[in-house]
Parts: sequence; C-alpha cells; structure tokens
Amino acid sequence: MDKKIGVYICKGCEIGESINIEALGKIAKTPICKSHDVLCGKEGPALIKQDISEGVNAVVIAACSQRVKTEVFQFGPDVLLNRVNLREQVAWCHKPNDEDTQMLAEDTLRMGVVRIQKMDFVTPYQVEDIVKNILVVGGGLAGMTAALETSRTGYNVILVEKENTLGGWVKKQTKLCPTQSPFEAIEDSGMIEALMREIDQASNVKVYTSATIEKISGMPGLFDVAIKQNGNSVSERAGSIINAAGAVSYDAGKLGHLGYGTSKNIVTREQLEELVAGGKINKPSDGKTAGSVIFILCAGSRDNNHLPYCSAICCMESLKQAKYIRTQNPEAKVYIIYKDMRTPGLYENFYKAVQQDDGIFFTKGEVTAVNGNDAAVTVEVKDTLLGENIKIEADLVVLATGMVPATALGEAIKIVVEEEKDKKENQPPPPTDIIIRSNILNLDYRQGPELPPLKYGFPDSHFVCFPYETRRTGIYAAGAVRSPIDLASTMEDATGAALKAIQCVEMSSRGEAVHPRAGDRTYPDFFMQRCTQCKRCTEECPFGTINEDEKCNPLPNPTRCRRCAICMGSCPERIISFKDYSVDMIGSMIKNIEVPEDYEEKPRILILACENDAYPAIDMAGMNRLTYTPYARIIPLRCVGSTNLVWIADALSKGIDGVLLLACKHGDDYQCHMVKGSELASYRMIKVKETLDRLKLESDRIRFELVAHSDFNKIPNIIDSFMETIDKVGPNPYKGM
Amino acid sequence: MSDNKTILVVGGGMSGITAAVEAAEIGCDVYLVEKNPTLGGRVAQNNQYFPKLCPPSCGLEINFRRIKDNPRIHYFTLAEVESISGQEGAYEVKVKVNPRYVNENCTACGDCAKACSTEIPNEINYGMDTIKGAYLPFSFAFPLRYVISPQIIGTPDAQKCKDACKYNAVDLDMKPEIVDLKVGAIVWATGWQPFDAGKVEYYGFGKHKNVINNVMMERMASLNGPTKGKIVRPSDGKEIAGIAFVQCAGSRDENFLPFCSSVCCLASLKHSRYVHEQYPDAQIYIFYIDIRALGKFEDFYTEVAKDQKVSFIKGKVAEITEDPATGALTVTAEDQLSGKLSKETVDMVVLATGMVPATVQTRIPADVSYEENGFVLWDQNKRGIYGAGCVRKPMDVAAAVQDATAATLKAIQSTVRR
Repeated sequence: MDKKIGVYICKGCEIGESINIEALGKIAKTPICKSHDVLCGKEGPALIKQDISEGVNAVVIAACSQRVKTEVFQFGPDVLLNRVNLREQVAWCHKPNDEDTQMLAEDTLRMGVVRIQKMDFVTPYQVEDIVKNILVVGGGLAGMTAALETSRTGYNVILVEKENTLGGWVKKQTKLCPTQSPFEAIEDSGMIEALMREIDQASNVKVYTSATIEKISGMPGLFDVAIKQNGNSVSERAGSIINAAGAVSYDAGKLGHLGYGTSKNIVTREQLEELVAGGKINKPSDGKTAGSVIFILCAGSRDNNHLPYCSAICCMESLKQAKYIRTQNPEAKVYIIYKDMRTPGLYENFYKAVQQDDGIFFTKGEVTAVNGNDAAVTVEVKDTLLGENIKIEADLVVLATGMVPATALGEAIKIVVEEEKDKKENQPPPPTDIIIRSNILNLDYRQGPELPPLKYGFPDSHFVCFPYETRRTGIYAAGAVRSPIDLASTMEDATGAALKAIQCVEMSSRGEAVHPRAGDRTYPDFFMQRCTQCKRCTEECPFGTINEDEKCNPLPNPTRCRRCAICMGSCPERIISFKDYSVDMIGSMIKNIEVPEDYEEKPRILILACENDAYPAIDMAGMNRLTYTPYARIIPLRCVGSTNLVWIADALSKGIDGVLLLACKHGDDYQCHMVKGSELASYRMIKVKETLDRLKLESDRIRFELVAHSDFNKIPNIIDSFMETIDKVGPNPYKGM
Repeated sequence: MSDNKTILVVGGGMSGITAAVEAAEIGCDVYLVEKNPTLGGRVAQNNQYFPKLCPPSCGLEINFRRIKDNPRIHYFTLAEVESISGQEGAYEVKVKVNPRYVNENCTACGDCAKACSTEIPNEINYGMDTIKGAYLPFSFAFPLRYVISPQIIGTPDAQKCKDACKYNAVDLDMKPEIVDLKVGAIVWATGWQPFDAGKVEYYGFGKHKNVINNVMMERMASLNGPTKGKIVRPSDGKEIAGIAFVQCAGSRDENFLPFCSSVCCLASLKHSRYVHEQYPDAQIYIFYIDIRALGKFEDFYTEVAKDQKVSFIKGKVAEITEDPATGALTVTAEDQLSGKLSKETVDMVVLATGMVPATVQTRIPADVSYEENGFVLWDQNKRGIYGAGCVRKPMDVAAAVQDATAATLKAIQSTVRR
C-alpha cells in the first residue's frame, strides 16, 4: 500500500514557546505537515481524521510522549502511527528558544518521519486450523485442578499422568491440611475424590494414565504431542500446555546426620503417611505403639548442604501428622522441633488449634544429633528457648523432608556448546541457558527439551508482577513444580495457569503476541537468501522460538515469538525484520541525525533506550523539569537486546561521538522483561569495544548503563557524565568524512 | 458491550489490574472501577519489591500499556460501586463516579498545581507531608491527569487553578455521576488497609513521632516520597544510627489481628536493606516471633541474616517508650532465646503492621460470604462474584497476581455457564 504521511505538530505544553514551530515544520518534507495549539483537544484528532479521510494513512504526532494521550491519538489498524516526543524529552528538559534545543527538536522529528517511512502495514500471522485443546502434564492436585478449570471454561483438555491413576501426591495423604476457611482442622480427602470424579465425568477431558510425553513439537496453537501409554504411541494436538509435573520428596538417604538409616524408627513424613494409611501408627521396628514421637522440621531444608530453600508445606504437614498421632493415641506425646513455625496467613488458625493440644510440645532449636537403634532414638537439640540444650528420647522420629521439583531431576545440558563456538570464532559463547533433561515435556526445541529452570531447578517466573511469565511461550508451569507451595495455593496457581493457557491460544488465534508485548501483531520476517547459518538467532532467542534444520537454517515458529526482536539484534546479516521495526529503520533514523562538523560547539551522542523502563525514566526526568545535555538523541527500542551492532557502526561512521545504551538490570536479579535482552546487549557491547580498540577508535565512545524505571532522578547524571567522557575523548575522527 | 460476557473488576490495584488485562486479553469486555484518581493501588506506593528489590512502577508500566492498547477495557477512576442486583450471568451495577474537577482536556502540564497555593495532607504519603490542592499523584500515574481535591473546591484557589489552565480542563462544576453497568460476573479486588497500629497502645504509634509503620517506611524510601527517598527520623530529620523493626505488631494476636499477614517478615527484611543502603553502619534490630520467609524467599532471609549489623531477637515487643528530650525510643522485649530482657534504644521504630481486608470497611453490596476476619470467601453456592488478591487472604504481590488470574477464570466461567 502506498503511504501518504501527515505530520502534526503540537504547540501546547510549552512546545510552541520553546521551539520555532515554523522552522521545525520545514524539516518534515511530507505531503502534509500541520501544527496546532492543542493537538490533543477536540480539534486536533478531528483535523487528523479529516486528512485520513482524504488519503493520509501514516500519521506522525509530534507532541507529548508516546506513553500519554494514547486514547486520543488512535486511528485504527489501517493507519500507521508514530509519536515524536517534543514535550517530555525536548521542551520540558531543555533551554527554550535555544539553537541546541531547536536542533534537537528537528533531529527528533526527522527521525520520527524516517521511522514511519520505513514502517509497513501489518498482516498478523494466523495459524490455519488452530487447535485450542489444552494439554496438562501431571495428574496431581495442580494438574487435576488445571484440567477441570479449563474444562469448566469450555475448552477440551488432554491430561497425561505417568502413574496408573490420577491423584499424585495428595492421593497418598490419608487426610489433608486445611484448604478452606476457617483453616482450623484437618480435612478428609473428599475434595480430592470429588475432583477425580468430576474429571471422570467431564466429556471434554481426555485422560491418559500410565502415560508419558515422548515428544512435543510445534508451537502454540499447533503443538503435536506424542504420548506413550503402555508401550503404545498416541498422537494428540494441543494449543498450549500446562506443566504440572509436581515435586518429589528430598532423598532422605542423604540425611544420615539426622539418623536416617540408623533405625527403622526414623522415618520421613511420606513414610509416616504410609503408616497412617496402613492403620496403626506403630514403631516399624517391633510393631509396638509409638507412645512418643519427635518431628524434626526442616530436615534437609534451609540447609546449605541439602536444600537451601524452605519447602513451604512441611510445618503444616507436620502439624497435621502430629494430630494423626494424637487422635489415634491420646496418650502419645509429640515433640515438634522447629526453626521457625511457618504457617502464614490464615494457616495461623491451624497452628493455634494444634497448640491447644496439651500432648504436643513445640521446641525451637537446632538438632545437633540423632542417635538410636531399633529400640529407642534420642534427639539432641541446642539453642532452644531459654538457651538450654536438651535431649529427648522417643519411639519414633519423623523427618519433615522438603520438596524437589520434578524439573530438577536429570542431566543438565548447555544450549550453546562452548568448544564448538570457540573453534568457530575464538571467543566465548553468548550467555545462554542450561536445560535439565527431566523427561517431562521432551520438547523438540533447538534450545533443549524442557522449560529453562531458575534457581534450584524450578521453572518459575522471575517476575514479581508476572508470575505466569514463561520462557517457553504457551507452556505454563503450575503447582509444586514451579515453586514450593501449599494445597490451597496450588489450586489457585493451577486455575491461573489454566487461564494463561486458554489466553495463549486465543491470542495466537488472533495473531497477537502474549505478554509482555501483549497484542503486538507484528512478527519477525527472515530474508533467508542472505542467511549464513551462523545460528546466533536460534541460540540467543530467550524464548526458544527458533528451531534449526540440519543445515542450521533457522526455522521460525511465529506463535512462540514474543516480539522482543533480540534475534534482529543478533543477526550479523541483518536478515530479520518486523513490519514496524527493523535494522534498516533504526539505522536510517541514526543516519538522519544531522551531525555538525564542528565538534567544539556541537557534539552528538546517541541514546538507545529500553522503551519500557529507561524511556519512561527519561520522560519522568522531563516531567520533573530536570535538565541534561541537548546534544543527546534518543531512540526507544523494544528491548536493548534488539540492538544490532551495525547501528553502532552507523552512528560512528556518521560522526556521532558516542553511543549510550540504557538497559535493564541483568544477572541473577534481572529486571529485563525479555529475560536475556539486556545481558546479550551487554555481551555484544564488550565485543564492540574490543573491536573499537583494535581500530584505535576509543572504546569509551560506547557505554552500557543499567537504568530502572524509578531512576528518573539519575537520568541527567547518567547522560551528562557520558557527555563529559566524550568531551575528554574528543571528536569522532570520522566526523565530516 | 454484550451484557453477560462482560466482567466488572472492582479495585485498580495489582490484583484488579491483573484481572482486567487477563480477561481482556482472552477476549472479554471489562469494566475496571477504581476509587482513587489513578490505578496502581498499594503497590504504586511501594518503593521496591522483595526479594528482587525492583521498582513496582516497572511492571505497572507494562500493565498500563496493556490497558491503553486494549479497547476491551473501560476504566473509571474516583469511582465506587453503589449497588449490585441480579445474579450470576446478569448483574446490574450502579457505579458512582466522583468529580475529579479536571476533564479529559488535561495535558498534565502542571499549571494548575503551580497556581494553587493551598497544601493538603498527602494521603499517598500517609499524611507525612502535604501536597498541592491540585496535584498529579505520581509521575508515572495512569491516567496521567491532574486532580483537584474536593478540599479546595469553593475556595479562591480552585478558581485560580481554573484560570491557570490553558486547555479548559478544569471544571469546578463537576458533579458525581451514576453509571449503570450490565455485567455477567464480578471480580472484587479492593485490596487491604494497614492495620491501625494506634490500637496497640503500648507501641505508641501516633504518640511517639519516631514510631512509624511499614507502609510509611515504603514511602520514606521512595524517591517520590515525603523525604525524597531519604530515611530520616520524622521528629527532627536526623539520620539513622539505630532502628528497630517490631514484627507482628498487632498480628498473630487475639486482641487485634489473630492471623499472620504473611508478607511483613519479608517486608522488614527488605526495609533493613533500605536502611543499610543509606546507612551502612546503622544497627538494626528485628524483633520477631517466627521469621516466615517461605519457599525460595528463604534465600533473601539468608542474605540479610549474614549482615553483622542486623540482630534478630526472638520475642514479642512488650513496650516502646520515648525519651521526650531526644525523641529516642527504647524497645523492650523478652529475648526468648536467652530468657533475658532485651532493651534497645534506637532512633526510629518501624511497626510491621498487618493487612486488614478492605471488605472490613466496605462490604460488597451483594450476597457474598466472608470469613471471621472479613476476608471474602469463594463460596461454591454463591457464584458470580469472586474476591481476588488481599481481600481473600493476606498474600504477597506475586500471589495476588496469581490469585487474581485464577479469580478471573472463575468469573469467565460464570459468563459462559448455562
């Protein structure tokens, strides 16, 4: 479609008083360029809509930030739109009626016009014959809940469980910790039976028991699932997936220091549950009544030699088991040795109820020794309340062992094999993930067969605000596999995961990206003729979007894509583009910055800023009327990880004196919403700096800074101190060439 | 909007925003009703989240963009639900929209605030400072629109604001409006309020100036807070050499809040990091009953516990007294591990107060079940209205987002049932 561009400049909010609008208008060089006193008032949009009705189909709004007045400047999917920020980033933070401010405004508009010239109309990617079934892997409490909640919403479910019956860990519990208000008493397992019954009766839930996943290939809306059941292979299709594989108990065999293995009467909480299921809670050694029982909490948990984390349920489960013992034998004495009693929220009611039982004694302390044989066991505890060291003898000791996610069990593999990269380029590989072969999903993905785990093997989200963020689009972890979790929270978690799974197929069917660029209808286009099979895109995509054929050609899977454009940044051949975002587009914007030949008066620096965090921080600096050098030119990026190195070359060969990247925090506590974008950009900049040093071009011309959304007050200092560095380094020698 | 496929979300904090965007991205039409002038709720007042110590505004930026970009979401600010009638699948809801006195012409240029000379107590900062009678709640506020406080309406200042506005955005004659909505299901996410620590008389909150609560600490540590991010003694602005955190201040206590609020331990651990960031040598005391850092939060506790200048004292604080001459506070507790009386004198005390569900103050105007503390129940027999987030039980931010996502699915089921 031919483009007819209209540029609309607002004079309100001090823009008109600060900038020579007439001179600015001449920069546009577009068929239509108009200015208005208050573009966001009633007349502005009407004026633009009038022009649209007369053929304008690409609108540049040169006014306030792209983050505001979005509801006013909306002209539908058939009109391209670009916002040029003359308010927060020009008029509000620079000297009015100043030559440098004017030049900044002109460059900003120039870049804005180029941007829209390079944009194209979007036709979303829509999967043909999209499948909306939801696959749930794991039939425990999380899996059953996810399956039922999905089914109740009207979607078909495929539920795969490796055991010969549904129920998982909860089914092995004789009774349950309280899951409902008032959270005071143990509940019978009726809730689990009801779940199983409803699944059995649901016409839209297909259950495979004694079954595992052999292979999953494809992408959201179109996953091909090979299920192995009793030696037979079955094929199913699913639109999205919930991993509810659960957790296993920590291996008590490693808890020799707590006496495990020295006496039959030292058992885990799982083994105690088996005793309860068998009827009488007797000493395993001789079958006699256990008249005294010690619970050792955090057995192997909160312990750097074992599980450093807390498993969240062991306090509650031990309280429940203490009640089992007391109910069965009102004469029995129960001792609970704990570090902290962790019964959060309304579970406090249960703790209080158990404390009322005068046969249950609570002792805070560290267990120092567990000695025993099959006759009796002694537990020594130090640092108890009141500073005493005590020794308790008991018939039975229960170790409250923690949980290990099913995803933590298996061989750890690296996505990028170091040796291979070394040989090819004589450089370390980019920072990529380690995947654990846990044999749960068996994804046919370039980057490995399972969800990338976070610490301790949990494939959790790293985001407080977005607990359902997933590194593999359309595959959501729920329940104990994702994080140590109690029963009620498991059901909530699984219900939420069911929503996300449904949402993913619905958004995919509309050709929209899911979080964080929810609703983005663009997708990456690969110009394959120029591909050199370097594999950077297939290795560096944080979401495992791109597969490879046997010749190492990238095979994109559009509905797996999160539109971060990190692949676009990674590609040395620059063959990856989006309709409204490309290497050529940003490169052209950079090339259209006017660089005066005389550095002494007019140096120039380029700022590439994350549009979610750094860019709003710069806006807020403007709103607070903080000032900084007018020599900076700012371009917002989908993610700083989309920075292609050619942009640095474009900037330096154009004579721009320095390039500043403003990105989100990376590392263990990363804040980058594209997970790896900031880290990859930082890695690439180190490479660039090495190259610059080799070319005798000062590497100080490139700087990579971490900026958080709340850092608006630091913005002037970050920009100005970079400007000072550039002043020291001196003019770019390519200037004027 | 087609009636019974539409979802009403009440409360525009983290839970409500989540419910709205999750429902809308599935394809539902959504009304979002918030009583304050901006969305963001309690998290917008927080400085950082535990355990990552990242700013809440970052995630809000994404969520605000999801709202801006999604035509299926209609939001109302300064609005409250007045009545609900009907049943699951077909509710009729009356929403009262209170006057903002600023209309959609507002460009957030700030001229009205410049013209206004009256200062009013700043509720965002829990009254620790004042704000102009015409104000923008936050730089990252959404919607980015000024608000004129009803407190200055009828004064000459209000007229000055109107005269200063170049965009005809100030409308002093605005009246409350009633909006009638028809929806199929309702997600109730009105959040929580800090427990009024003044009720625990022996802690001196409201009496001793240097006793504050944990939400005030968040504001103090925030760059856009009353002290521009500097943690200082409220009485005299003095820097902090010693500070005490009193856990379970009113919580796990039959006389006040019998339950545990599940976030206060982690919040105080986080606050200790704020303090040491600004005063590496400050002595920090944390008085606790149990440190409840569940799951992987244990790592955060372990990190803080390594800090030599943070002392953990197991014991419930019995009393906080003030030296009227210096403003210094003495915290007394029995140290249960040593059996000795612990008395520490510090510059400031932070009470780790718990969460009271907002439904204690404002009930849902419909037939909904509550538990004894006022938290909303998901009652199998009363479907159609679902509590989400901290109106259901005390929880941290990530759990609230999960809970809101779950409640949203329940709400969608209510619109597709039958």
